[in-house]
Amino acid sequence: MRLVLDIFTVLAVSAGAFFFLAGTVGLIRFPDALTRLHALTKVDNLGLGLVVLGLLPQANGLFGALKLVTIWLLVQLSGAIVTQLIAGTVRQHGPRE
Amino acid sequence: MTILSIFDIGLVVLILAVGAASIAMREAFSAVIGFVVYGLLLSIAWVRLSAVDVALTEAAIGGGMTGMLMLGAVARLRFAKGNDSRTSLPVRLAAGILCALVAAGLAIAVLSPPEVIPTLAPMAMENLPQSGLGNPVAGVLFVYRALDTLLEKVVLILALLGVWSLAPDRMWGGIPGLRVYAQPNSTLTFLAQLLPPVGIVVAVYMCWVGAKEPGGAFQGGTVLAAMWLLVMIAGLTSVPSISQRWLRLLLVAGPMIFLAIGIAGMVLANAFLAYPAGYAKPLIVAVEVALTLSIGVALGLLAAGPPERVQRP
Repeated sequence: MRLVLDIFTVLAVSAGAFFFLAGTVGLIRFPDALTRLHALTKVDNLGLGLVVLGLLPQANGLFGALKLVTIWLLVQLSGAIVTQLIAGTVRQHGPRE
Repeated sequence: MTILSIFDIGLVVLILAVGAASIAMREAFSAVIGFVVYGLLLSIAWVRLSAVDVALTEAAIGGGMTGMLMLGAVARLRFAKGNDSRTSLPVRLAAGILCALVAAGLAIAVLSPPEVIPTLAPMAMENLPQSGLGNPVAGVLFVYRALDTLLEKVVLILALLGVWSLAPDRMWGGIPGLRVYAQPNSTLTFLAQLLPPVGIVVAVYMCWVGAKEPGGAFQGGTVLAAMWLLVMIAGLTSVPSISQRWLRLLLVAGPMIFLAIGIAGMVLANAFLAYPAGYAKPLIVAVEVALTLSIGVALGLLAAGPPERVQRP
């Protein structure tokens, strides 16, 4: 059982890391602010979500697991809203330079 | 070589690179962003050194709060647009040499440690149970070195007085010029309505848990300050004028209660800032709660800046 959970952790965290990598490549390669933001939000939602999912079996009891999920939800919230704010500014004033 | 040591080496290289990049940046805004990233990386390094208390403080103060103060300074510079003249070469050279000297001194001190590293850690751990605290860092802050902690909070208020002193005479006692860059905006309002309840719970938790696990007044206070600033920036509450009595009371409440307990210690426990036996933990928690509020208000006002408007009667 322990082994199965550990394998699950490794797989999920690796998948999360892959999404972070993809998001970073997108951040560097995409042509303008809006598409770069798009790449970033995918990382927040999926990458961190998979990492948290993978870490749940390793969490320190129920409270530890709850804390992890809360952190994921908070990052989702702040990520989504900050992206909205930046995108709104870009739409209004155009990108810098 | 284990995975962890590869991680550590990577982290150190990254910290050095981000530090160098933020010095080399030509544009002030990018340099500040570099500085914030530097602070966050540094807090990961503190976690790796098992100093979680320091990591929390570094992330909250070093990255977050200082970053916000510097962003405010950059914005003010942009508004002022005054003298764009670069500092002359000799001045820059002198500054560089002085910084290099300080860095070299630190490097010598760190890289040539004595044979036996002097440590008070075993003694500190041995006497910790007497205070009823479980977190040795809180023990050092509130029991062994309480005077330092008290003075540190007073320094925070002095810093705030310094910021307020930048106000012109006729603005004294007015409303801090917290500039709202974003137009009132439904997304920001939504965040300012949703996040503060969560943030306040987190701040209370950090303050409370500080007695036995990493956390404490400074970390909790910073979260409180952030929530207050968020609500003010979103325009959900107005920025109070600095002459408000409740504001000033909250500012001094923490240090005053700390000082009062310290003076009471002279009578009850025969030493300034000593706690009567058996009452150490409740007293320390009371001081932490008061300090959390005071630090929150002080940091929020520091970020809000000097008064720039006079309250309309």
